[in-house]
Amino acid sequence: MRITVDGEEVEARPGQTVAGVLLGKGVKAWRTTRGAGRPRGLFCGIGVCFDCLVRVNGVPDVRACQRLVAEGDDIRSQAGAELPS
Amino acid sequence: MRRAGVVVVGGGPAGMAAARAAAGCGVAVVLVDAGPKLGGQYHRQYGPADGDRFAEALPEAVEHLANATVWAVEPVAGAHRVHVRVGAVDDPSRVGRVLETRALVLATGAYDRALPFPGWDLPGVFTAGAAQALAKGQGVAVGDRVVVAGTGPFLLPVASSLVAVGARVVEVAEANAAVSGWAARPAGALAGWSKTGELVRYAGVMARHGVPYRSRNAVVAAHGSEWVESVTVARLDRDWVPVPGSARRVEVDAVAIGFGFTPQMETAVAARCRIVDGFVEVDAAQGTSVAGVFAAGELTGIGGADLAAAEGEIAGLAAAKRVGAVVDPPLRAMAQVRSGRRFAAALAAAYPVRAGWRGWSRDDTVVCRCEEVTKGALLRAVERREVGAVRSLKLVSGAGLGLCQGRVCGRNVAELAGVEDAAAFARRPIASPIRLSELAEE
Ligand SMILES: Cc1cc2nc3c(=O)[nH]c(=O)nc-3n(C[C@H](O)[C@H](O)[C@H](O)COP(=O)(O)OP(=O)(O)OC[C@H]3O[C@@H](n4cnc5c(N)ncnc54)[C@H](O)[C@@H]3O)c2cc1C
Ligand code: FES
Repeated sequence: MRITVDGEEVEARPGQTVAGVLLGKGVKAWRTTRGAGRPRGLFCGIGVCFDCLVRVNGVPDVRACQRLVAEGDDIRSQAGAELPS
Repeated sequence: MRRAGVVVVGGGPAGMAAARAAAGCGVAVVLVDAGPKLGGQYHRQYGPADGDRFAEALPEAVEHLANATVWAVEPVAGAHRVHVRVGAVDDPSRVGRVLETRALVLATGAYDRALPFPGWDLPGVFTAGAAQALAKGQGVAVGDRVVVAGTGPFLLPVASSLVAVGARVVEVAEANAAVSGWAARPAGALAGWSKTGELVRYAGVMARHGVPYRSRNAVVAAHGSEWVESVTVARLDRDWVPVPGSARRVEVDAVAIGFGFTPQMETAVAARCRIVDGFVEVDAAQGTSVAGVFAAGELTGIGGADLAAAEGEIAGLAAAKRVGAVVDPPLRAMAQVRSGRRFAAALAAAYPVRAGWRGWSRDDTVVCRCEEVTKGALLRAVERREVGAVRSLKLVSGAGLGLCQGRVCGRNVAELAGVEDAAAFARRPIASPIRLSELAEE
């Protein structure tokens, strides 16, 4: 299936997580922190830490380590944590 | 709302065993699990492969709700209401479902404990469990050159999985004494532990790939600007204070750290189960302090997959009995639990977290990753105001108030600040964050 990551087309397979696709491509960070603007990516890998937040189809604060990719997904890095939304 | 027979939360070894056991007595079971496939951590399945081998083997009486997150548990007269969101993770399109049950089994497992050190918030520093989950579930290595550091036998399967997905494991740093010591010593404290054979296998993988295993060593700093480029590994004394002059720089592009596990406590807290020393207290039938609520697996103590499954079986039967099933006492599982708990206690004694870690971090090291609270800011806040309880600690310092609600920093912050009741960090109003739009729907 095809998805896009920050506008660039990427090949992905059903059952892959967003983090699996990103790290598989060698992308290590896809978010900056709200305070110091520091880069963050995956940390706990199992949905506990909320470090891996990413924007999926316009919705911010999606945990990349838990979210499975779907055909046509538009994945974008995000600044800060945007909850509540 | 539908009234289910038994509701099981968590589809790891404990939850699956509970569901099978209750269904085996003819009771209808709903098995709720956040993951797309059953298995939990130990039996994590490869995501991109077709099918779900555990779901396919479930008895017909079990309804498996996949991609289903329990975000609240509400006590009602004589029963509990379990609030679930089902669908794509963190998506507003998820649909709500409420299950009411007189017999609720909680089996939500645990997550890695990570200790802070300078640079631990750089991308490329992962928990050991993250490295494991990514290797097993996605076939992806977290890096090309990886150091695995922390304490306990879990470091070995992580190193093996990394090697299996093509990473070069540069070394394994065990902060306590060597795991191989007792694996090789049949009369040692952990003799007879069912995992020994498995660990010997992992040790074999490491030997074949020339992975050095160093006891009394730890990663005490990670370096890099945008991500990890190298780490400092130091030798530790008995209290985990780095030995002066022992620091080595090791070039890596990833670090996996794991210092044991912390139970995933939110649903048990929501159900108002009594918690003792950080774990849910259970009786011989896995019953909690709350009638109609049972707990099994790592929620009740860290003892591995076999113990979790044995506890799950007992909890499932006890839950079935509560809703009217006739059950035989599970003598074999009860014996497994007794021996499993003995080994768990020996394990905890052999792989403690020692106080020296508090000195690895500096004043400017972030201790709460979500709110970016540094150790210095935390300690100053503690000094300025009298902080005696976790609640005031959170409010005064800001630590533990972020999205993860203190799951990652809670124990560390409480220990750094000298607050007793670290388990209080698990008191969270909502078990799993949901969106305001979803909350409005409920
Ligand atoms: C990331 C990680 C990897 C691990 N890998 C290994 C390994 O390879 N080998 C090993 O020996 N041990 C491993 N462990 C140790 C592991 O904790 C135990 O061996 C075993 O899996 C514990 O079984 P359990 O049934 O208690 O919990 P788990 O296996 O952790 O299962 C708990 C389940 O509950 C679900 N859950 C939690 N909260 C909710 C909720 N609110 N709503 C819905 N579902 C929920 C989770 O998604 C999960 O599927 C790992 C631990 C972690 C944290
Ligand atoms: S990496 Fe921790 S929530 Fe995704």
